[in-house]
Formats: sequence, structure tokens, C-alpha cells
Amino acid sequence: MTVTPTTTESSSAPAPSSPIRGRSRRRGDQVFSTLSMLAGILVLAIMAGIAIFLIIKAIPALRVNTANFLTTSAWLPDNTPSVFGIAALAFGTVVSSLIALLLAVPVGYGVALALAHYAPKRIAAALAFVVDLLAAVPSIIFGLWGLAWLMPRTEGLFAWLDTHLGFIPIFHNTLGVYSRSLALAGIVLAIMILPTVSAISREVFVQAPPAHIEASLALGATRWEMVRMAVLPFSKPGMISAAMLGLGRALGETIAVALVLSATFQINWHLTEPGGNTFAANIALKFNEAGINGQGALIAAGLVLFVLTLVVNVVARLVIARRAEFSGAN
Amino acid sequence: MATTTQSPTGQAPHDALAGGQLPRWAPWACAAGAALAAVALIAVLPVDGRAQTLLLALLLYVGSQTAWSFAVEGRRHAVDRLATTLVYAAGVVALVPLVAILATTIVQGLKVFDVYFLTHSMRNVSPLRPGGGAYHAIIGTLEVVGIAAAIGIPIGLLVAIYLVEYGSGKRLARWVTFFVDVMTGIPSIVSGLFIYTGLILTLGWERTGFAGALSLTILMIPVMVRSTEEMLKLVPNELRESAYALGVPKYKTILRVVVPTALPGIITGAMLAVARITGETAPLLLTMFISASINFNAFTGPQATLPTFIWDQIARGTPASLDRAWAGALTLILIVVILNLMARLFGRAFRVK
Repeated sequence: MTVTPTTTESSSAPAPSSPIRGRSRRRGDQVFSTLSMLAGILVLAIMAGIAIFLIIKAIPALRVNTANFLTTSAWLPDNTPSVFGIAALAFGTVVSSLIALLLAVPVGYGVALALAHYAPKRIAAALAFVVDLLAAVPSIIFGLWGLAWLMPRTEGLFAWLDTHLGFIPIFHNTLGVYSRSLALAGIVLAIMILPTVSAISREVFVQAPPAHIEASLALGATRWEMVRMAVLPFSKPGMISAAMLGLGRALGETIAVALVLSATFQINWHLTEPGGNTFAANIALKFNEAGINGQGALIAAGLVLFVLTLVVNVVARLVIARRAEFSGAN
Repeated sequence: MATTTQSPTGQAPHDALAGGQLPRWAPWACAAGAALAAVALIAVLPVDGRAQTLLLALLLYVGSQTAWSFAVEGRRHAVDRLATTLVYAAGVVALVPLVAILATTIVQGLKVFDVYFLTHSMRNVSPLRPGGGAYHAIIGTLEVVGIAAAIGIPIGLLVAIYLVEYGSGKRLARWVTFFVDVMTGIPSIVSGLFIYTGLILTLGWERTGFAGALSLTILMIPVMVRSTEEMLKLVPNELRESAYALGVPKYKTILRVVVPTALPGIITGAMLAVARITGETAPLLLTMFISASINFNAFTGPQATLPTFIWDQIARGTPASLDRAWAGALTLILIVVILNLMARLFGRAFRVK
């Protein structure tokens, strides 16, 4: 804007040796800038604190554990000898989250496309509000609703899958009971992460360069061809990280999963049978009845969950950050 | 360039360049045909049910429209129609759960939702008996969320001010930005575990409303930072520069010029952040436990909040307690939806131009 050689950068404080100002910086300025910097440091401290405290409090329980922490399914930390492992928890967490991802990602992209490039403005605004509202529904209500409304309505579907596709192990059901399963938890999680996926992918879809969009339409592309050739290639990193952030949310979701699952500590590939468990749900269900070792074991499970979601989130952010740099160069 | 393209005139007779086109009423015809066919087929097929009929009708609609378009308009337009249908279908699919959740909560919740429910606690109420209410949980929710907001909003504001006004370009600020983003993804139960291990196990605190509030603060800060940051970035630099030119110190510029300009947006963000933590259950189960009685003091003894009240009532599993759980859910959803609506309306009314 200005062509004066002096910098207009608002962030650069005048150099202390400036001949006009002298050395004295105003005290209010100093206090306020230090305060705001401390708040920033607090964020880093909290993240570090989470890792440190979880590690410290998990170690004693891990020490007395007589089983392999990674490959054991049983969860009996308060027994003597103490036996617990995360195999079943990891299985349930990953499987339910993957089901959620499988269902929510295509729908989420579709909603985002409708919001960004298909629906008229008025309808798009209303739909966006509805999706935001879905994101605001507390997870305990998702759990309660999942049990009372969704579960009876999915039992028929799961029974149908069992009779017609039962030769595939994941659809097979040996019990004839189709309630409180990992598959149901996956569907509830899918609904919960749908707003995350659609909000973030919408953000990248609307950023697609208008020049590309108009050029492809001018060349006679249909709307879908425009989306496929101008919007999607540009948005790919954003779409990937939208899916990953959704995955991160699904991995850590606690209460809704704890309510719809009937917790067991087994790895069961028959996904429509009752049972299964996840890291987060197990902590919520077991924490208040656990002894010293039991709490330590749950804290260890929480640590694994923390690391898992941290990795997923960091990768997602790095993917989207790379895209930001790329588009900034244009 | 030499060949004329005569699309906008619309009335142009069939020419060699433009292919065939389905009439405007084609989608409606397909929909009506599909619905009729589905109803007819359901009558003879060995399946029944509203959901199945609807699904069959949808499949028939998509199939018939795509086939017709393929025959008349060619492959490209058929694919385009298919994609459009699927995109809109995704929008409808997203609506279904929200409508179902709201409807179920209202219908089930209204059974015992009344003034008595809102003004009585669960003290000495047997799980088997009707009666009792969520008064203690509403008090707990207000106090805990209030404390969390009182701590989380200023911290979030300060972090955002640091990132936008002081830190831009600095390495520390880049780290903070990155970890604020990562912090939004922390599972809520992990923040509860952190407060439990850090304050309750290590420092020997009681499980109180205050500890619960701190665990909510951790969840609130990143949301608050992100929304405030966006708002502060929208404040034009000219405002800052005019203030500096008048000799106003930087902190006063921020407090008297930048923040007031962005205030409506900041308040909207704060309300959405508050709405988010109001519904949190998991961290509170670890850090403040559950109580059936009224406890006004957030610094001693356990308190209930609406989400933990619902959790507790579901765990009892009796018809009476499930009714109470639904009424609690209705109360909670009312608070959250009202907060959301207020935030949107407020944001719209005072939008920065």
C-alpha cells in the first residue's frame, strides 16, 4: 500500500536503539506483550504437561503388568498378578473409526460439494447451519439417541447383511443378536464426524480458483466435469486432511461409544455382534470403579489414545499446511 | 471461433452441434415413476417397510434418470445428472440424523420435563420411582461452564492477540499456532485424565466442580483461539497504523481499537466455544464425579452437570430414570441450541463490514 521505505509492519516494535524513542519502552506495552506471550507458552505447556503427567502416572501400572501391554486383550489390572493389554481396545477403536470414516467421508464430501458448488445460496446457508447444529449436539445425546432410536432401526439392516452377505466374516453373526455392536458404534461415530468432514472440505472447495472453474465451464464442461477437473485436484490435500481430522475425532470419542457398545475385551471380527470396546469408552466405563493399578492402566490406555490422535492430527495439519504454502505461491 | 454457438437463445431448433436434451420435467417424471414402481414392487416382493420402499424408490429414480439421460444426452450428461443427484442426496442424508435426534429428544423429553423437574434435585429419589429432577445438575452446569469460560475466554483471547499482534513471523508463534490446531483434536477424555493425574493425583486436590471446569478450559482454549484469531485478522491494518501515528501505545491500540472492532465476532466465537463445552461428559466423570444433591460450592465436593446427570440416569436403566435422562437431554439440547442460535444471530447483527 505505502511506498515509503520505512516498514509498516505492525508487529515489529521500534528498535530499542532508535534515536527518536530512546531506550524506554512503555511499561504497559511490556506487561501486555509478556502476558500474551505467556498465554501462548501456556498452550505449549499444557500439551507438554499432558504427555508428562500421563507417562509418569502410567509407569507404575505398566511395571506390575505381567502380560504384554500391546498384544494382550484381557483387562484385569487390579488382579494379582495384574494382567492387562490394549489389543482389544486398539482393535475396537480402529475398526469403529474406520467404519465411521467409510460412511462419513463420501457423504461429507457430497454435503461439502452441495454447499460449495451445487445448492443455491439460500439453501446452502440453511444446510450449513443444520450441519453446524449437528456438530453442536452433545455426544451424550448421540449415545442416548443411538441406543433408543438408531439401534432398533439398524438391527434389520444387520440381519439382512447377515443373511445375504454372511459369507463375508465381518457381516456374519453367530448369535442372531444384532444390537450394541461395533458396527452400530461406527454408524453413530459416522454421524458425529460428518460435520467435521463436511465443514473442512467445504472450506477447501470454495477456495478452488474461480478462473479454473469458469474456464472449464466456458469450455463446455458439465458441472460434474468442472468439479472433477477444476475443484477436486485443487482440493485433494484438504480433502485428505478433512478425512483425517474426522478420523481423529472418531478415535477419541468417548461417551456415545461407551453408551452404545456392550463392553467386552475380545477381538471379534463379527462386527454386528454385541461387544467390542475402545480406548476412550473403556476409560469412561472403568475409571470410577478402578483401583490404583486399574487407574494407572487406564491412564496408560489414555496415553496411547493421546499419541494416536496426536499423530493423526499432526499429519492432517501438515498435509493441509503444505497445500497452504503451495497455493500461496500462486 | 468461426462456428456460432447458439446456446443462450434457448429456442434454437435442433442443430448438429448441441446434442439431445431431456425435457425440464424429466427429473419429476422419473421421481414419480420410481415412487409408483417402488410401491408396486414392494407389494409383490418379499420385503416390506417404509425404509425399504424409500430406498428402492431412490435406486429406481437414480437408475431410470441416468439411463434415460444416457440414451438421449450421452454419457457425459448422464454422469453429470448422476453426480448432481448423489450430491443432493448427501445433503438430505445429513439432515436425517439431526431431525431424528431433535424429534426423539423432544418427544421423549417432554414426558417428565416440567417446572418440578427443573426445580428439584435427585436427593433421596430412588431410581425406580418417578420424580426428582435436574436442578442440581443445572446449577452445576452453570457454575462449571461459567468458571471454565471465565478462565478460558481471557486465555484464548490473549493467545490470539499474541499470535496476531505480537508474534507474527516468530518461531514461537508458529509453534503455538501449530499446537493450537493439534489441541483442537485432543480427545476430551484425555483432558480429563490430564487434570486427574496433574491436579488430583499429584497435588492431592478433591474432585470438584473447579477441577472439572479446568478440564473444560483445556478443550475451550483452542476453539476460542482459532475464532478470535480469524476475527483479529479481519481488523484492517489502517486502524492500527492511525492509532500508532497518534502516538497511542501498542497495548492501548489493541485494547481500545483492535479488540473493540472485532468484538462481535469474538463474542460469537466465545458463545460457540461455551456451547461446545456445555455438552461435555467424559472429562467431568473423571474430574468432578457425580452427585445427586445440590452443591452450590464448586470448590468442595462433587457436583452434577446436565451431561453427567444424563449419564447417571442412563446407567440406572429403570424406566423412570430413562425418562429423567431424556428430560435432561431436552434441557441440555435447549441450552446448546439456544446458545448456537444466539451466537449466529449476534454474529449476523454485528458483522464487521
